[in-house]
Amino acid sequence: MITHLKPASGAHVGAKASVSFIMWQVMLALLPATVFGIWCFGWPALNLFVITVSSAVLFEVICIRMAGRVAKPVIMDGSAMLTGWLLAMTLPPWSPWWIGVTGSGLAIILGKQVYGGLGQNLFNPAMLARVALLISFPIEMTTWANVSPLFSSQSPGIADSWRITFMGLDNIDAVTGATTLGYIKTEFSQNHLLADILKDYSGFLNFIGWTRGSLGETSTLLLALGGVWLIRQGIIQWYIPISLLFTVTGLASIFHMVDSQHYISPMIHLNSGAMMCVAFFIATDYVTSPNTPTGQLVFGVGCGLLIFVIRTWGAYPEGAGFAVLLMNAATPLIDHYIRPRIYGRDRKGRPLEIPKP
Amino acid sequence: MLSFFKKPLIRGGVHAEEHKAATATQAIVYNLPLPKKLYIPLQQHVGKPAEPLIRVGDKVLKGQLLAYSQGVISAPVHAPSSGIILDVNDYPAPHPSALPIRMIVLETDGKDKWIPTEVPIDPFRLEPEDISLRVGAAGIVGLGGATFPTAVKLNMGRDNHVDTLIINGSECEPYLSCDDRLMQERAGEIIDGVRLMLHGMRTENAVVAIEDNKPHAFLAMHTAALPFPTIQVIQIPTRYPMGWDRQLIRYVTGKEVPVGCRSSEIGVTIHNVGTAHAVHKAIRHGQPLLSRIITVAGAAVKHPMNIEVPLGTLISELFNFCEVNTETTARIVMGGPMMGESLPHSGLPTVKATSGILALTASELKNTEEQPCIRCAACVSVCPAGLRPLDMANNIRVNQLDAAVDIGLKDCISCGCCSYICPSNIPLVQYFKYASGEVMARQQAQHKAEQNKRLMDARNARMERIAQQQLEEEQARLAAKAERERLKAAEQEVVA
Ligand code: SF4
Ligand code: SF4
Repeated sequence: MITHLKPASGAHVGAKASVSFIMWQVMLALLPATVFGIWCFGWPALNLFVITVSSAVLFEVICIRMAGRVAKPVIMDGSAMLTGWLLAMTLPPWSPWWIGVTGSGLAIILGKQVYGGLGQNLFNPAMLARVALLISFPIEMTTWANVSPLFSSQSPGIADSWRITFMGLDNIDAVTGATTLGYIKTEFSQNHLLADILKDYSGFLNFIGWTRGSLGETSTLLLALGGVWLIRQGIIQWYIPISLLFTVTGLASIFHMVDSQHYISPMIHLNSGAMMCVAFFIATDYVTSPNTPTGQLVFGVGCGLLIFVIRTWGAYPEGAGFAVLLMNAATPLIDHYIRPRIYGRDRKGRPLEIPKP
Repeated sequence: MLSFFKKPLIRGGVHAEEHKAATATQAIVYNLPLPKKLYIPLQQHVGKPAEPLIRVGDKVLKGQLLAYSQGVISAPVHAPSSGIILDVNDYPAPHPSALPIRMIVLETDGKDKWIPTEVPIDPFRLEPEDISLRVGAAGIVGLGGATFPTAVKLNMGRDNHVDTLIINGSECEPYLSCDDRLMQERAGEIIDGVRLMLHGMRTENAVVAIEDNKPHAFLAMHTAALPFPTIQVIQIPTRYPMGWDRQLIRYVTGKEVPVGCRSSEIGVTIHNVGTAHAVHKAIRHGQPLLSRIITVAGAAVKHPMNIEVPLGTLISELFNFCEVNTETTARIVMGGPMMGESLPHSGLPTVKATSGILALTASELKNTEEQPCIRCAACVSVCPAGLRPLDMANNIRVNQLDAAVDIGLKDCISCGCCSYICPSNIPLVQYFKYASGEVMARQQAQHKAEQNKRLMDARNARMERIAQQQLEEEQARLAAKAERERLKAAEQEVVA
């Protein structure tokens, strides 16, 4: 109907950023945190990463072929790879191979292609997969490997890593433990006070990412740097990350000030779990977040609020995935009610009054 | 801090690569060889086409009236040079469709002989109405590209007691630099034109707004305006589409023009610098609008330049003069690269609206590989009109044109910002133009259908009435007959 074949009207020139350029910029921003994560958790983490990303791409190819289209240009836009990458970042680093493959399948097929492909999905595919995995396989999804950097003595060799990835762990208790948030949650349930629980907590190690956690989510520092770089590149806007982090900080500060023995400090909130990854890379997903600055602020505040509520009073130690999905569901509503004002009209769309001179 | 809460004066817009340096740094060229033939369309303006008053074979002088303006919103057309009228007929228009429109073909005799002109001694002694009349008679229209008859705008300004005249020197389209050069070289004449317009509108103040990427033009205009305290020359930020009249009005005055209103209704009128210059020439020298400055640029042009071109010159002549490489030309664009329209070939005439002719190579063009919309919202944030191009495009794609109209299709100014920025290379403006055309066509069709229905209804009613009448007549006749028979029977009874 309307094609470029006879491009009659403008713009005849265009900005340089293409879809694949945007996707690659995001992956570039993820790279430092990913490399650091893989280094921290060794070869099994690399196996998982490669398996998850390649299976995501594979599933995309299969879907597109089944729809009778040519796969190559669609793969080249980098979106499937990015989805796989984001999913891999959120998985426990020593998860077995089938977690990665199942997750990718869920993300690409259920999270994206059934809606009609890129740009059509309601939920963030990576988060959808993560939450589905967490509910279906709670053991595997909460088995957190100790930090065991590559080439160190605790780090499994290449042969061992294959065994971990494809056959599972045998000496689970020796090489795994709880994440900071998980540990605090369990201890709270035994009525311990924060001061005791956090005796060994090091804010600094958590900040650089030297802690148990998902493959690429541990390093607050590197994720935040990547995110800020993306904002400076103009790939994402600041509205969602800042409002999200601000909301969590604000709420956590209030509760922590009121009762510092039962509510963790804002620093720990910001410094742990999926916070940075979600704020900069997941919640800012174009497809599943609102279109207007105000809408994005609302979205960010909503995410922050839900994360805090789920973390503090919910059954799961980490609520970021659920929070993002819930706000994804609210996005069409936000976009319906929060729109830009059209020039020369009021917010309701009626022409402005002619000002009396 | 307070400014943070003020309404933003500029919304949306993009920073496009300018590509102006090649033409903005060299003087306007005035020695284009006079073309052998000029193709002068009768409609080079918004409104009704002009009506020719010459005949084929007539000899005409430069500046002679060829076609007079018809109706309130229209403009006359004059002979750009002296020569003989060859034809008055339909020729391809400078439009993407190149559909034929009526044109006068003038064969020039090379003498370029002027018709005697008459000029007032002191134009400021003229009645303001007289200024409008002369501007109208000179065929001046908005030279920024809108081509609205300038005289009509002057009249509206006067009738609405406009308090500010804005002169648009923003020239925000990339590649174009004809206004920039004109301001650098003819600042005094432009300022004189501004004063004449002020007089013609009975308005006190004028603001000349120039984007801050044209410091030389600003300096020249500022200097030229120094003796006239009522004319203020200001710099405005460089951001496409700063030259959109409503954006500029908001930036300069803080006022927003309500939808469906003319700017003069809120006390502002806006004219282009080129128009001001044309007004100067018309009033001071009695010269109608016969030529304009055109930027010829693009990577396929060997000698890009600003050049004075008689109206009706074929683009191919310009291309020859500037040595355009037709092999590498991937697209010919009339106007700027953001809002201009592509032309199918170069055998089309230049008109009053032609601010630039671009010969663009493939590497300069926007990538045309369309991908699905990723909802990046870049189009929303750059739209100066506050629309949601992605939603409008979605509606149009599934043919829900009414839904697109509901969310603002008619407020789209086709500025091209959304198409420019879209990373998925979706031809958004194409969608919107298609949909607007379609909506208009449907409305007309509906209008026609309604009219037909009304006629049908009227006819049916008439037929019914006639039938009814006949029925009544028939009944009356029957009743009368029965009555007669009854009377007859009664008579016979009496007789018996
Ligand atoms: S700029 Fe293009 S891809 Fe981005 S939201 Fe608009 S239409 Fe979609
Ligand atoms: S072309 Fe229309 S929709 Fe696109 S940015 Fe300009 S005004 Fe907005």
